[in-house]
Amino acid sequence: MTAPIVSITDVSFAYNGQTVLQDIHLDIGQGDFIAMIGPNGGGKTTLLKLILGLLKPDRGKIRVLGQPPEKASSAIGYVPQNVHINRDFPITAIDVVLMGKLGGSKRWSGSNTGDRREALTVLERMDAGGLAGKKIGDLSGGQRQRVFIARALVTRPKLLLLDEPTASIDTRGQADFYTLLKALNQDVTIVVVSHDLLAISTYVKSVACVNKCLHHHHQAEITGQMIDILYPCTVEQVCPVELVAHGLPHRVLKDH
Amino acid sequence: MIEALQFEFMRNALAAGLLAAVICGIMGTLVVVNRTVFFSGGIAHCAYGGIGLAVYCGWPFLPGTIGFSLAAALVMAGVSLKAKHRADTIIGVVWALGMAFGIVLLDLSPGYHADLMSYLFGSILTVPGSDLWMMLAIGVGIAVLVALYYKDLLALSYDEEFARIRGVPVTALYLTMIALLAVTIVLVIEVVGLILVIALLTIPPFIVERHARSLMQMMVGASVLGCLFTAAGLWLSYRFDLTSGASIIMVAGIGFFMTLAIERIAGRLTHTKRG
Repeated sequence: MTAPIVSITDVSFAYNGQTVLQDIHLDIGQGDFIAMIGPNGGGKTTLLKLILGLLKPDRGKIRVLGQPPEKASSAIGYVPQNVHINRDFPITAIDVVLMGKLGGSKRWSGSNTGDRREALTVLERMDAGGLAGKKIGDLSGGQRQRVFIARALVTRPKLLLLDEPTASIDTRGQADFYTLLKALNQDVTIVVVSHDLLAISTYVKSVACVNKCLHHHHQAEITGQMIDILYPCTVEQVCPVELVAHGLPHRVLKDH
Repeated sequence: MIEALQFEFMRNALAAGLLAAVICGIMGTLVVVNRTVFFSGGIAHCAYGGIGLAVYCGWPFLPGTIGFSLAAALVMAGVSLKAKHRADTIIGVVWALGMAFGIVLLDLSPGYHADLMSYLFGSILTVPGSDLWMMLAIGVGIAVLVALYYKDLLALSYDEEFARIRGVPVTALYLTMIALLAVTIVLVIEVVGLILVIALLTIPPFIVERHARSLMQMMVGASVLGCLFTAAGLWLSYRFDLTSGASIIMVAGIGFFMTLAIERIAGRLTHTKRG
């Protein structure tokens, strides 16, 4: 087995004295496609930010590609949860994508045509090539989401972290979106935070339940019948997240 | 306007106003997109404390004021980086305290009676040529720095977290931007006054923001608009014998509300067409 892309050992993190994450252990291997689920405030976004090196753990060790996170963060493509609030910001979709080319590019070269072409190609791959020249504020939520994913992809990441990427996409769009992620997963390791396990369960390879603690349900536990997928957290002593699925939509309950 | 320009003081006033407009167009764009308007107000008012300190201690005027404003600005920036939700309160405190500190120190300085009005509205009609050269130097310096770090400033302004992940030295860049802002504000205040600086920092960039497609366009547009306001305001002040700084701001304010009205009407028209 190859060395894990991310290895998290015994990590705890508190925010203003309140423990958000405790004793987290997680190895993310090459080619993984992990869904991270759990209740709001359960620490999913915090865990992503720890992996990105935006936050420092109070205890424990995180290694990304064998390095401290802040040194390796340029190998991670990140799609944040809130796709920006300032709608009037003067920037076009393609310039948002080009932001992913920051770092390493020559300062004096102005806008590099090679970078531009690559950004456009990625946008087209996201089915958003026609949006390139549009101002970001004029796009719909779903379109903006595509631009932000393109921005993450143009960094040529080894690991893609997405924080609730489908929040502003309709149900049909979500299916398309996860199909796309599945295709991307052939080259890139993916961790996607989601509320909706049902929507992603057929695409991901494993599920990590996060609610202060973390339990990683490996492949074996979620392949098989759909009914099993709905209850990946039956081992109550182990997993901090309880799933209840009486029809649709399912609900994620808090700690028990 | 042409006849007015036969006077050297009018030529100097116009040059000073245009330079201030360009400097404020560039820095104001960064101020508006980073939402540091209140911050800039804090720096500008706090600079008065520096003036008081320089007079009281008998220091040369510029180094004293700049040093004081820089220190205050970096304190405010430090707080806003560490505790964002407290930033506006701290800025309010430093704002008031700096100003009061300056006034008390001027009271205590023998034989000096500060003219608060000239600090607030500047004395654009009595700008000496040496100040023009200083402003030109700042303007060129700012343009070069912003051009050099354009991509990083764009990333910082648009999405600080993403910039950090891409390896942009966000904290250092932010502090540099604030320091640059502090120096700019103090130097331009000396020439055109505090109120005009705030107006030029905010009004033209705000008007242009919604129509610009890039930060660069916004900077250029805001500079051009600032120049128009300044020229028109100066002409009005000459023609009707009004305070020059206030006239420029009145023109800018009218421009501001006219844009809002036009946008509203245009928005309604396209809406009717669609609906």
